[in-house]
Amino acid sequence: MSWPATEDQLLTLGEKIIQASHGAVTGASYAFGDLTLTGPADKIVPALTLLRDRFGFQQMIDLTAVDYPDRALRFDVVYHLLSLTQNLRLRLKVQTDEDTPVDTVSGVYPNANWYEREAFDMYGVFFDGHDDLRRILTDYGFHGHPLRKDFPMSGYVELRYDDELKRVVYEPVKSVEYRNWDFQSPWEGADYVLPGDDKAEAK
Amino acid sequence: MADDASQIPVVPETPVRKFNINFGPQHPAAHGVLRLVLELDGEVVERVDPHIGLLHRGTEKLMEYRTYLQDIAYFDRLDYVAPMNQEHAFCLAIERLLGVDVPIRAQLIRVMYCEIGRVLNHLLNVTTQAMDVGALTPPLWGFEEREKLMVFYERACGARLHANYFRPGGVHQDLTESLIDDIGAWAKAFDRPLNDIDKLITGNRIFKQRNVDIGVVTKEQALAWGFSGVMVRGSGIEWDLRRSQPYECYNDLEFDIPIGLNGDCYDRYLCRMQEMRESAKIIIQCVDRLKKTPGPVMTSDNKVAPPRRGEMKRSMEALIHHFKLYTEGFRTPEGEIYASVEAPKGEFGVYLVSNGTNKPYRCKIRAPGFAHLSAMDWMNRGHMLADVSAVLGSLDIVFGEVDR
Repeated sequence: MSWPATEDQLLTLGEKIIQASHGAVTGASYAFGDLTLTGPADKIVPALTLLRDRFGFQQMIDLTAVDYPDRALRFDVVYHLLSLTQNLRLRLKVQTDEDTPVDTVSGVYPNANWYEREAFDMYGVFFDGHDDLRRILTDYGFHGHPLRKDFPMSGYVELRYDDELKRVVYEPVKSVEYRNWDFQSPWEGADYVLPGDDKAEAK
Repeated sequence: MADDASQIPVVPETPVRKFNINFGPQHPAAHGVLRLVLELDGEVVERVDPHIGLLHRGTEKLMEYRTYLQDIAYFDRLDYVAPMNQEHAFCLAIERLLGVDVPIRAQLIRVMYCEIGRVLNHLLNVTTQAMDVGALTPPLWGFEEREKLMVFYERACGARLHANYFRPGGVHQDLTESLIDDIGAWAKAFDRPLNDIDKLITGNRIFKQRNVDIGVVTKEQALAWGFSGVMVRGSGIEWDLRRSQPYECYNDLEFDIPIGLNGDCYDRYLCRMQEMRESAKIIIQCVDRLKKTPGPVMTSDNKVAPPRRGEMKRSMEALIHHFKLYTEGFRTPEGEIYASVEAPKGEFGVYLVSNGTNKPYRCKIRAPGFAHLSAMDWMNRGHMLADVSAVLGSLDIVFGEVDR
């Protein structure tokens, strides 16, 4: 197929997938040249099996999570698939929270094994049926899930070499907090009261 | 004869002990900081457990707290062997979100520097793969050429390694005429050093003994494990994003895509050697076209790209744009996007989630090396201990991008 696929082609494909999936894929949308499918988290294995076997998406390019702390189901688990034969890409998203595990897809795409370990390490999303759900990128004995939005950018501990103990020691972070500028201009609806604003009312 | 059996001295059975050894993190063949826990039966590898993350810097977290322009610099530090290829993926993602067009001269410069990056990467990988199996001369020869290419990097953007040269909407600065000439002269003369390396390694008996039929990847395995780049092409799958999902001006350029037959370490080596020749071809075409196409190297949309310096000194409007861009930065529309490029190591992708502010809400970096390294276990099973470094060398791992 010529690259890139048009919006119509992608949406038709999305419709076809929804109809063939028996409820494993429920929504299809198009934005910025990408097709995004959504589905329930407990049917992710049949959904990906269907996409691999019936629709020819041979490769899982990427698996990751996105954190939206304000939602009840705060995590999006995002799967990126690629079809080499049809020259298509698509994205499948499911939602979950901190406690509900998502079924592992390492039986469908074996490389999901490491990607799921990474998502668990970074976000604390659990994957049911995963044979080796260890941390992968962070330090041995690390606490917390660093890519969650409620995890501070500077972390909680820092380490240095201690010349007296002759080893590396962990200490609470002492460095200055990263300055997070407020880029919203006052004309864009600031929701705070500037000093002196109260005087305008007083008269 | 039955009597003789009683005369055989009783030899006590040797207890067989399996070995667990640590390969790395400080091992020259580990290509950085990789710790492999190897389970050995004698000299045969039974299990490989790669422990990665020793170079984890939290790039994705840091990016969420910085503006888009500040984030570009983080991409140089991923695969530090070919920095500009990474920036390219990020810039493409932002450009597609914003709907910005890139002028043709900027496209040519980008393609040219991406191919220089490919040569930089393959020179390092091919020659250190030879070093992993015992040859010391090739890296010395390869690094001589790498040095020249790094000077081209330096002349374009002032830095040998961490370029920060590609920007959304184009490239930071135009190239001088003399630099373009020098790159062209280098590309035309590149055949000679490459042939020297070719003569030194390709037919070498020891190199072949150590690489042929080692680490074989079938087509099915390459697909199932999410391989890309040379790892799929070495197994005979014709797949190159520059051809199949073309970006920039790759469609107008002539080059061939080398394919391997057997999917072993040796075929992957041959693919990389040929790809360097193709890259030199692309560079020459770009040089020719760059000489004929003067013009801007950055989009004229000042909401995304800063105005030129001279303009800024005279125009109030330009000064405001400049100030806003370098303090607040630009904002992207809400939405998500996946953009990928054919980096030297394989498909390098950026999954960008924007919530309409001047910083990415989430930026997931899809590094090719991560998928390749996860296959270390089954690729090495049944091989000898010495083959581990040969397989690792042919996977082309750089820890900057694997650990992020």
